[in-house]
Amino acid sequence: MIHNKDMIPEQPAPKGTIGPIGWLRGNLFNGPINSLFTLLGLYVLYLLLVPTIQWAFINADWIGDSREDCSRVGACWVFVNARFSQFIYGLYPSEEYWRANIVFAMFAGIIAWMVIPRLPFKRWMTVFALLGFPVAAYVLLHGGYFDLPRVPTHRWGGLMLTLLLASVGMIGALPIGIVLALGRRSNMPIVRTFCVIFIEFWRGVPLITILFMASVMLPLFLPSEINIDRLIRALIGLTLFQSAYMAEVIRGGLQAIPKGQDEAAAALGMTYWKRMGLIIMPQALKMMIPGIVNTFISLFKDTTLVMIIGLFDLLGIVQAALSDSRWLGFSIEGYVFAAFVFWIFCFSMSRYSQYLERKLNTGHKQ
Amino acid sequence: MSVRPDARPAGHKPPFWRDRAKRALIFQLILVAVVAAFLIYIIGNTQANLEARGITTGFGFLSDTAGFGIGQTLIEYTSQSSYGRTFVIGLLNTLLVGGLGVLAASIIGFIVGIARLSPNWLIAKLANAYIETFRNIPLLLQIFFWYFAVLRTLPSARESMAFGEAIFLNVRGLYLPQPLFESGFGLIPATFIVAIVASIALVMWNKRRHEATGKRLPVFWMSLVIIFGLPLLVLVVTGVPVTWEMPVLRGFNFGGGITIIPEFLALWLALSIYTASFIAEIVRSGIQAIPHGQTEAAQALSLPRKLVLRLVVIPQALRVIIPPLTSQYLNLIKNSSLATAIGYPDLVSVFAGTTLNQTGQAIEVIAMTMAVYLIISLLVSMFMNWFNARVALVER
Repeated sequence: MIHNKDMIPEQPAPKGTIGPIGWLRGNLFNGPINSLFTLLGLYVLYLLLVPTIQWAFINADWIGDSREDCSRVGACWVFVNARFSQFIYGLYPSEEYWRANIVFAMFAGIIAWMVIPRLPFKRWMTVFALLGFPVAAYVLLHGGYFDLPRVPTHRWGGLMLTLLLASVGMIGALPIGIVLALGRRSNMPIVRTFCVIFIEFWRGVPLITILFMASVMLPLFLPSEINIDRLIRALIGLTLFQSAYMAEVIRGGLQAIPKGQDEAAAALGMTYWKRMGLIIMPQALKMMIPGIVNTFISLFKDTTLVMIIGLFDLLGIVQAALSDSRWLGFSIEGYVFAAFVFWIFCFSMSRYSQYLERKLNTGHKQ
Repeated sequence: MSVRPDARPAGHKPPFWRDRAKRALIFQLILVAVVAAFLIYIIGNTQANLEARGITTGFGFLSDTAGFGIGQTLIEYTSQSSYGRTFVIGLLNTLLVGGLGVLAASIIGFIVGIARLSPNWLIAKLANAYIETFRNIPLLLQIFFWYFAVLRTLPSARESMAFGEAIFLNVRGLYLPQPLFESGFGLIPATFIVAIVASIALVMWNKRRHEATGKRLPVFWMSLVIIFGLPLLVLVVTGVPVTWEMPVLRGFNFGGGITIIPEFLALWLALSIYTASFIAEIVRSGIQAIPHGQTEAAQALSLPRKLVLRLVVIPQALRVIIPPLTSQYLNLIKNSSLATAIGYPDLVSVFAGTTLNQTGQAIEVIAMTMAVYLIISLLVSMFMNWFNARVALVER
């Protein structure tokens, strides 16, 4: 019998399977078809990236204040530069920008506070964000109080208006959505029917028809002496639309809570509102946060539709700037800038929701 | 068992506000009263407002002459046609862009979704970049980009981009050759239908044979050959009874052929590309939702890889994919109403736009427009419920 008494020493892995070469072989050139796909992918990347980088950076013009400063070989960011404050604040009077800036800072502060896990008093911050912040923002932006000059809503615009529409739509839709979701799961047949009809109606029609309805039909529904501001009309439409989607997200969260929780609370003698407020909602809301963030992302994108009824949100003001006779022919630059801003917001929100999903998932895995 | 001293005597009835059934009844009656009062208030105001503006309600306006032109009409339409006709034109245009959008978005979405799961790192990253780029940019912005930044900056008709001598692209749209069918062409669609029936029969026969003997034929390829080969054969035998009418430059514009207006192209491109990014995510998560054990178990039974996909993974993945997929289709059809921003003559643009402005019949027009979308949603959700009931897991 032949066998080796000594252990054979460990051998290093074959050269081709480790390190960058091994990675390349495993992931990019793993068989002929795969290699072909890789080369095809590289070619597509080359076709897309090289002209884009040349246009957007290498040949682009950044400094100047009129169209003569642009060579027209690459992008003319001078246009975006010249219009930047309009894109952010709309037609808001420039000496009052500080008011909008305070609101922006408060908004950013609240978001940061909510997002960073270590900071305390999250609950109080939520209460402030839902109740205090809207009032403060209204007083600051609209003025008319504390000697602040009044700025009528038709001068609001740009990114400021986009954020405002999305936040108000969201804050308004949350309570309505909770009520609708509870109503849809209620045992009372008439309440349930009303809620189902309401939710399915708003979910079944396009937002644009709702905005048309808000701008054309709302004045018909109200006594002729009441004249509602155009911004408020858009906000009512957006909020109702959003609340139906929110209700469905919340209903999904409620359904994920085991029935035993509700029954155990009922066995302790809790009333309906106590069971919902103390047992079901705190658990369900936690699970709903990713879904809520996702509906917020779509609301944020959908706010662009208000330009069709004549409000100047970020896209609306970019579109208006493009038809300025001094700056004709820079539509690509304008759209790329707007797309970039929207993309940053939506992408970071979707990343945050994915992070939350991962973080919240662990508690429920068995 | 001891009797609690404060126990209620038998037959004691709680006051009505502590009786759950009565409380629910009262609450619901209050709700009905509030909603009814709200509706009466609104209707009263509306009537007063309409009288003040001198608008008569009713659907009589639908038979009045419209008096405006529409850029794309699938059925015959002149400016002498009625407002009712504009409704049909708009509806057909909505369905056209919706249908073609669903088709293109599904194709792109499935390809990107599968590429997202590719073992090839570069392909997976490219697919991911596609998804993350297009789903995070508002659809309206994408429509504007395609329309104002791409299609409206194309050269004029005289300097059109030509693909061969048949297809032309310029600022006024895309010009394609139009097939003119001669007599005898009717045979080809007929053969097509026969071929489809034949291949369905083949699939059913193969299934029965498979269950009886365990042998199976490559029916997928066979039916593909039947469905496309047979009509092609007939086409050749009958001597190709089709002539093509080419678009020709006449003066400042093209004549002949099919014209696809740039509004349609922009809307269709944006809708397909945007919705495809959502469909890709749905396809990816659907495939990933299948536990790995399923694939491994199928492999342990030594099923070949192709059959593992077809018999184990895809049927289960479809159960996860189809519900969100149909809601994306619904979103696409609803989003096609953004046409109004670039003037593609869809339902909202023609009917809730021009017709509404000309007649002032806001309530009737908006109600009809909303009803169309509601009916489409209702039909789709009915299909969804039927589908869910059909594929739901039968738990034992």
